[in-house]
Amino acid sequence: MSREEKVSQRELFDKQMKEFEEFVESMKDSLGLPTFPDMKSGALQWYDQRWITTRFVISVEGIKEFFDKLIDGKFVTTKCRSCGELYFPPQKDCPKCRKSDMEWVELSREGELLTYTQINVKPYSFSHYDDYIVGIVRLPEGINVTAWIRADDPSKLRIGMKMRLEIVRRKPENYITYEWVPAEE
Amino acid sequence: MARDVAIVGVGHSRYGVRSDVNIGELAWESISMALDDAGLEQRDIEYFVVSSVGGWSSEYLPAVVIGEYSGLTPKGTARVEAACASGSAAVKLAYDMVASGSVDIAMAIGLEKMNESPTPTVVEFIGRAGNYFWEFHNFGLTFPGYYALYATAYMDRYGATEEDLCLAAVKNHYYGARNPKAHFQKEVTLEKCMSSRYIAWPLKLYDCSPITDGSSAVILASGEVARELTDTPVWIEAIGHASDTANLSKRDDFTYLRAARLAAEQAYMQAGILDGYEMYKYFDVAEVHDCFTIAEVMAYEDLRFAKPGEGHKMLRDGETYIGGKIPVNLSGGLKAKGHPIGATGVGMVAELTNQLLQRVEKDRQAPIEKGRAIAHNVGGTGHYAYVTILSLDRPGR
Repeated sequence: MSREEKVSQRELFDKQMKEFEEFVESMKDSLGLPTFPDMKSGALQWYDQRWITTRFVISVEGIKEFFDKLIDGKFVTTKCRSCGELYFPPQKDCPKCRKSDMEWVELSREGELLTYTQINVKPYSFSHYDDYIVGIVRLPEGINVTAWIRADDPSKLRIGMKMRLEIVRRKPENYITYEWVPAEE
Repeated sequence: MARDVAIVGVGHSRYGVRSDVNIGELAWESISMALDDAGLEQRDIEYFVVSSVGGWSSEYLPAVVIGEYSGLTPKGTARVEAACASGSAAVKLAYDMVASGSVDIAMAIGLEKMNESPTPTVVEFIGRAGNYFWEFHNFGLTFPGYYALYATAYMDRYGATEEDLCLAAVKNHYYGARNPKAHFQKEVTLEKCMSSRYIAWPLKLYDCSPITDGSSAVILASGEVARELTDTPVWIEAIGHASDTANLSKRDDFTYLRAARLAAEQAYMQAGILDGYEMYKYFDVAEVHDCFTIAEVMAYEDLRFAKPGEGHKMLRDGETYIGGKIPVNLSGGLKAKGHPIGATGVGMVAELTNQLLQRVEKDRQAPIEKGRAIAHNVGGTGHYAYVTILSLDRPGR
């Protein structure tokens, strides 16, 4: 079955919500109120007539080098110049020695799979994707990196297997990110 | 010198999809019950703490909404958040208010009305409960997904199976079926759990706690006031607490919850009972945080009821039913009683108070011989942890 033919969880949910809202609208037309009996209990419910959509604006100024390098195909993070502590995700400040003097260092692109899962029931904002696999991989530097794993069946993966990091464009949002690719059978 | 603190009244709503009540009404069910139980009036409550995570529900300031509806206004209040351990954080704050001498009587109220939003929205909110940008935004982890990372690692290291995990669901549904306040009052078979669909591989539908509405309340009083109010105070002997990294990738090991382990050790130290891996011998009954079946297995180990890697064997051997080494989650647990996020921790303390006072339904009442019970409440994926020890005996006497 091709990807296009599959109905995503988002399409299913949006369809259900549309039907539900049409039902409430019809109740409102006849009653003058957005009230309806709960399907299971019969208890009377009011359907909120005020709603918002929320998207956050997050500062990445303190770690912009990470994104600048990602565009160039490099995977970097911060290392404290004062105490040598390595951080991933990168951060501007070193709480260990309380200095904010970081250098940017390139990270290994290979590591070992620590653990993984496949997300079958998705959050709304991910519900347009097929089931995806998420894993945590340990790099030789001793730090761990969470990302999607490019694989279709979690039972084919195993803890300890070698993984390689690739910088990719996430579709359909079309932004640059990174993912793990199994580096062995 | 901290004062002794006792529970003098508890309340617990029916958990479930509570489309029959709004937030104020749902809270009132527990508050009125707790006031009746303690023989107190609202004016006697000097401070009330509300644990509620919200986001999925309409009231942005639940503490004052609940205060107004329940007649607790104008007493001081605050809403506290420690994710799924918010309830224990509320109990801890109310405990500290009384222990410090700031007030003589305080109330902790837990409330969550999760079903005001559709399921995909709730899944979204809980999935954001970690490190938003580096986990959720880019990789869409969900709450079952985070615990699934632990399940995969635990099963790989210790040879536990999906069947072992399902045994926790079977047990907790068995007791949920005997608790009229439980969300699910039906037993499930191992086969039914095993054949349920994957939510976050390797966790299946029956490995997961439901999206639940509910409330709970406990009234705490200083030792002297408690003795005047009741012949049957239940004492708070210890509360251990700890946290762990927001971002799971900052952790080294996915087979136990470090925060829960630390909180347990701390509580045991406070009670003066920390020794070895047979800690169950000090308790008649436990409520543990089984938001997912793997969490119950890790709870056994983090509470030192079993050695690391041997928690699942307690389930195989039926050691956590009544009659075993220690009965666990006789309420049905989060799995079957339900998990109204902010209410859960307060609900555990209410349940254990009723267990110690032998006031629960006969077929899920633990035999009370040692007079001690323990609550293990985890927030997020081991992000927060609280371990609370209750006792029929006044601490240190």
